[in-house]
Amino acid sequence: MTFDAIAGQTLSGISVGMVLFLIAAGLSIIFGTLKVLNLAHGSIFMLGGFLCYGFTSSFVSLPGVFWWTLLAAPLIVALVGGLIEIFLLRRIYTQEMLYQYILTFGLILIIGETCKFIWGVGYHSVGIPWPFGGNVSLWGLSFPVYNLFLIGCGFTVFIGLVALMRYTGLGRIIRAVTYHREMASALGINVPKVYTGVFMLGCWLGGLAGTLMPPMSVVALGSDMAVIIECFIIVVIGGLGSLPGAFVGAIILGLLNAFGIYIIPKLAVAFGFMLMIVILIIRPWGLMGKPE
Amino acid sequence: MVLAVKEINTFYGLSHILFGVSLEVRQSETVCILGRNGVGKTTTLRSIMGLAPPRSGSIKFKGEEIRGKQPFDIYRLGIGLVPEDRIIFPDLTVHENLEIAVKKGERRGSMEGWTIEKVQRLFPILKARDKQWGGTLSGGEQQMLTIARTLMGNPRLLLLDEPSEGLAPLVVKAIEEQILLLKKEGMTILLSEQNSNLALKISDRGYILEKGLVAWQGAVSELKGDPEIMKNYLGL
Repeated sequence: MTFDAIAGQTLSGISVGMVLFLIAAGLSIIFGTLKVLNLAHGSIFMLGGFLCYGFTSSFVSLPGVFWWTLLAAPLIVALVGGLIEIFLLRRIYTQEMLYQYILTFGLILIIGETCKFIWGVGYHSVGIPWPFGGNVSLWGLSFPVYNLFLIGCGFTVFIGLVALMRYTGLGRIIRAVTYHREMASALGINVPKVYTGVFMLGCWLGGLAGTLMPPMSVVALGSDMAVIIECFIIVVIGGLGSLPGAFVGAIILGLLNAFGIYIIPKLAVAFGFMLMIVILIIRPWGLMGKPE
Repeated sequence: MVLAVKEINTFYGLSHILFGVSLEVRQSETVCILGRNGVGKTTTLRSIMGLAPPRSGSIKFKGEEIRGKQPFDIYRLGIGLVPEDRIIFPDLTVHENLEIAVKKGERRGSMEGWTIEKVQRLFPILKARDKQWGGTLSGGEQQMLTIARTLMGNPRLLLLDEPSEGLAPLVVKAIEEQILLLKKEGMTILLSEQNSNLALKISDRGYILEKGLVAWQGAVSELKGDPEIMKNYLGL
């Protein structure tokens, strides 16, 4: 393996990892606060991807259409999330866990079929937006600029989320509700509103990832399941409910996939699962999680 | 009348816990609920706070019906609960634990309202621990923080669930003095206790619960003068 190849795989591994981080962070925040494991979180990501394709292909002539889409699509996804929380999830918090799985699995089917109905079964692509096309040369190596942009997005969102949780009143409220919903309510915190807000934030992150992904991949049905499995691996590695855990887990999985496919292509899909199994055996609560 | 609870029936799932409990608390009064473990003391306080909504009956706070309201609305109306298991937020600092309980629109704090400085004067240890994580406090410090946190919402009625439970005698003594200070300031208090020592020292009136029913009620002075009642209901 040459130095060029190592650098190239590292960069592409981290940039895919950053997109996965955005999705896993949403899954993890939602689980931490609402105690709901949203199986449909991959579908939320996919919806973002289809909206990205839908907007950029419908308004081709609009200057900077991708950037407007990047603003609008995640917000629309967050609104859809808000409706899901208010009208569906809210009814099952007091029920057994099984109901969550049935409900969120049902959402996978509903969102998947809706996307199929609107955008069809084909593969769609979105061009790399100006000004991030082409390559940039660093230390004599050439890197796709868009990948660097994705890495920047991942770091920015990570720092933003950590700061939000640690230093703002909203973060304080989320931490309190996450620890003890009932006590938070008895101290005047409108818990149902916080639940809706956190679910929307998680969906916004999934929608953001969905909107950022198409220029370096394709928009297609089935990406929901591929992504949710990777997210489960990430949160198991990092620790469910932990933001730094999702960040580290996503980078590890991104690199593992990039190098796996380079070194032993036939076994590449298995590496993530193997790492997950090792973590489950030696540290079941994940690298950054807290033991129960 | 600050609080008038009338014939409430509360269930946990299928089990019937409170069978028509009625009680009253007047302005600036300290009232205790006594009884053995599992007779419904905690459930009574949780019913008032809206955490265990009664199926029937009425709970009036300053004349307004609050049965069926959400806990956060009840808190905003002016009832504060200090739960038995305290429930300090471990990954919030002591300061943040206090800040989180400040009601909306009262962030700056009115002149007579509780401020962080004022609760720190009542519980000086909280000032020393201000920047520490809530999870690092000792049991007694946690109990003080829980009371202080509830005060931040400027409650007109304070519900204290077994404030002395699991604390060393010296700490109980300190808590007792702090509750007496609150009482002196005119705070209306409803507390539950299994260990009646603290309750009898600070309360004006008492209710004894047995199996989800009010078995006895009257002035604490009466209770102190009649060891038979204590023996029958509390096994003391």
